[in-house]
Amino acid sequence: MRSDRDGLSVIVQVVARWILVLILVYGLGVAFFGHLTPGGGFAGGVVIACGFVLATLAFGGRTGPAAAFYRWVASLEALGAMTYLGMAALGWTAGHFMQAWTPRGDAFTLASAPFLVVVNLAILLKVGAGLFAGFMVLVLFDRSAGSLHDGKGEA
Amino acid sequence: MDAILIGLAAFLVLGSVAALEMTHLLSAVITIGVVGMGLSILFLLLGAPDIAITQVVVEVIVVTVMIRAATRTGHEEVGRPRSVRTVLAGLGAALILVGVALAAFAALPAFGAPRRSPSDWYLAEALRETGAANVVTSIVLDFRGYDTLGEATVILVAIAGTLVIARHLAGDRMVDGDPPGASAATSLTSSGEEAPRA
Repeated sequence: MRSDRDGLSVIVQVVARWILVLILVYGLGVAFFGHLTPGGGFAGGVVIACGFVLATLAFGGRTGPAAAFYRWVASLEALGAMTYLGMAALGWTAGHFMQAWTPRGDAFTLASAPFLVVVNLAILLKVGAGLFAGFMVLVLFDRSAGSLHDGKGEA
Repeated sequence: MDAILIGLAAFLVLGSVAALEMTHLLSAVITIGVVGMGLSILFLLLGAPDIAITQVVVEVIVVTVMIRAATRTGHEEVGRPRSVRTVLAGLGAALILVGVALAAFAALPAFGAPRRSPSDWYLAEALRETGAANVVTSIVLDFRGYDTLGEATVILVAIAGTLVIARHLAGDRMVDGDPPGASAATSLTSSGEEAPRA
């Protein structure tokens, strides 16, 4: 773990690169089709967060793709929360708060419940970004300078 | 089917006790992970794939975080032997809890056979009313949307609180959105939790 490179070994990094794609696609799929198949925004968000946790562990906390994502974490979580609240508030245009106000397509298709899809994606953003931020802060915090996650010594 | 469920439940209880009793920190964390996976299998057998998926992914991320945290504390062994009195008190409390639970369960409707309730209506009308083929989602996000909004708020507040406290403890200012520790790293001395240098 302690080497010039950030993150884990090359083997882990190569495998992680391939698996990451699958994890992220799976997370999006679970969230997108949450109203048709088991799953939903929460599960999808946790899967996405798992993906970024893998990226952080494999490629390092400071230079990897997860570090770039971390800059946007607060904005993404806020966007998710605001989208959820906005969708719920727009329900007033159709009657009452939290009313599913969007038009509906055929049953058993993605468009069968657009309201639920958007809300699921909002929850995905919120949970994914929130859990990943929690992971970064709880686990990778540089409490002792020169910590395990980068091996570069003093910042 | 019942035998499998009871066996799995007993396995979960044993695993939980084992996780509590282990003194090796990493082994305890892994045991907790095993218990979580068993719980998700239990959910799957009970016909709740939504909960099973959520349980699996939450377990994965929680165990990852805990392993990472456990290997960073610098403590490999935790806990100390308990006195006989503590063990007896614990067993007594457990017995009372089980007795009360058995009495309470006797008053409930039979397992898997609820009394007539709104759930019948949800099952019958969910697809027509919300357009969602997954009844769980239709209930969680539509019929009971308020609950989910409240739950989302709880997560938001919990994570915001964690971030504020942890950043403050570690002296991270997060001025320009750098990853944790990228700004001037101040070692945590006040709470006495400072990990030894590896």
